[in-house]
Amino acid sequence: MKVLVSVKRVVDYNVRIQVKPDGSGVMLDGVKMSMNPFDEIALEEAIRLKEAGKATQIVAVSIGPQAVQEQLRSALALGVDRAIHIPLDAAPQPVNAARALAGLARRENPDLILMGKQAIDDDCNQTPQMLAALLGWPQATFASKIELNDKSATVAREVDAGLEYLSVDLPAVISADLRLNIPRYPKLPDIMKARRLPIETVTPEDLGVEFVPEARLLKVAPPPKRQAGRKVASVDELVAALRERGLLS
Amino acid sequence: MSKVLVIAEHDGETLNLSTSRTVACALALGPETIDVAVFAEAENKPAEAAARLNGVTRVLLVEHAANRNPVAAVLAPQVSALAKDYTHVLAPATTFGKDVLPRAAALLGVPQVSDIMRVLGRNVFERPIYAGNALETIETPPGIVVATVRTASFKAVAETGSAPVEKISLDFDCPTHTRFLRVEGSSGGGRPDLQSARVVVSGGRGLASKENFDLIYALADRLGAAVSASRAAVDAGFVPNDLQVGQTGKIIAPELYLAFGISGAIQHLAGIKDAGTIVAVNKDPDAPIFEVADIGLVGDLFEVLPALADALPKDKS
Repeated sequence: MKVLVSVKRVVDYNVRIQVKPDGSGVMLDGVKMSMNPFDEIALEEAIRLKEAGKATQIVAVSIGPQAVQEQLRSALALGVDRAIHIPLDAAPQPVNAARALAGLARRENPDLILMGKQAIDDDCNQTPQMLAALLGWPQATFASKIELNDKSATVAREVDAGLEYLSVDLPAVISADLRLNIPRYPKLPDIMKARRLPIETVTPEDLGVEFVPEARLLKVAPPPKRQAGRKVASVDELVAALRERGLLS
Repeated sequence: MSKVLVIAEHDGETLNLSTSRTVACALALGPETIDVAVFAEAENKPAEAAARLNGVTRVLLVEHAANRNPVAAVLAPQVSALAKDYTHVLAPATTFGKDVLPRAAALLGVPQVSDIMRVLGRNVFERPIYAGNALETIETPPGIVVATVRTASFKAVAETGSAPVEKISLDFDCPTHTRFLRVEGSSGGGRPDLQSARVVVSGGRGLASKENFDLIYALADRLGAAVSASRAAVDAGFVPNDLQVGQTGKIIAPELYLAFGISGAIQHLAGIKDAGTIVAVNKDPDAPIFEVADIGLVGDLFEVLPALADALPKDKS
């Protein structure tokens, strides 16, 4: 079984981002970048499938500028068999990321596509669903457990009401939620080895991808600041403060 | 003029409150019409409830056997078939809407807007990025606007309307490659729904054990409140994951949010920033939660929780 995993380069999740004063975006110069945490989980799941003898080949793909190759190197260090870079000046919005990935999926014919449920920069939570639609494949989003059978998968999904179980025929697109697994770290020798491994470059033109118009960014602003609160010294004061605000009868 | 289609969220019996809040967002577009699509096997109780939402022009009850426990792959082609008569298609940004709407947008060949917080024009919307640490204003390209609505940002509409319910059947390619098996609900206990509760009592890693969470439940019951938790408390197994609030859990906006033993990681704050009043109780005076709390109490939650429950009026349910 061949598994395709997409990884996105994003601002590290621990960074407190700053909005540019001119409102044109978020400051990214000199900011630590990492693999999107949900993509790390998707990648870990693929590696575990390979270790369990269910996956025979893992292909990692990333879309964007040259710098995304750093995240592909991390994927190689973790044990993916091939890394593919789809070069674009910037990461496309989900509508077009899905189109590029669909183009690649048609060429690679994976049995399973594993992705993170959302990227922590744009917080969209769209690309896996869109990709599944474009391919006409089943989707199982927000997965917290995946059981792979011969021609299908049983997936537990984290939904508002609790856990929903689906059975999907393969090939399918499955997006990872936080609790699917705990990703491992690459080992230093593997990181060194990954530096010399090849990364294939495939352009959107090679894949026959047609992009559609995206939403236009007009402005980025910091969220309204909450009024500075006050500290109380005791439970009685806390109750009094809540009464004052009319929050307790 | 705008014609809006709202995709209703329901469980076959009850219309989810998120639908009403999505209608409120639709109203902000100043539209000519708002139709609500209810996908169901045949049951029409949620459709009747949708008909009572103020501002709704028509309810479209889309009957199909596959709509009993519909999966996104079944719903998306129906949504995209209906969408062609509308300028906007909206669904709540719940796990339901997030699952279905991007798939429908892709079938329509248009982008999708996630988590609308504010409507600034027919095609201009404000939405959160980076866990709510920035707000972006975007303009969608010409064509149908497909968007999910951050329900915490909109107040439910009144229920004094009486829109007609029209049964329709759609001709669409119904896939069989995805099978619904079951849902295992974990919440309950008679407490209010987390996403519509006026008051929410929340616990974090500081509770230290599943048993200690009983202190949270006790206070919540005294206040008639819903219970939520941070990711740390969920990962530690103190509570089920559907109680998680934050960037990747639920986004809530209660009138009062009480956080006990929660440090306030940016991913958690993303879920509560729209709360009316935030109360934080933490023994660490430097915990980031105090930067957003309206009322803070530095102290041991194991002393504060029972003392607070005792200090509250006893006639509350």
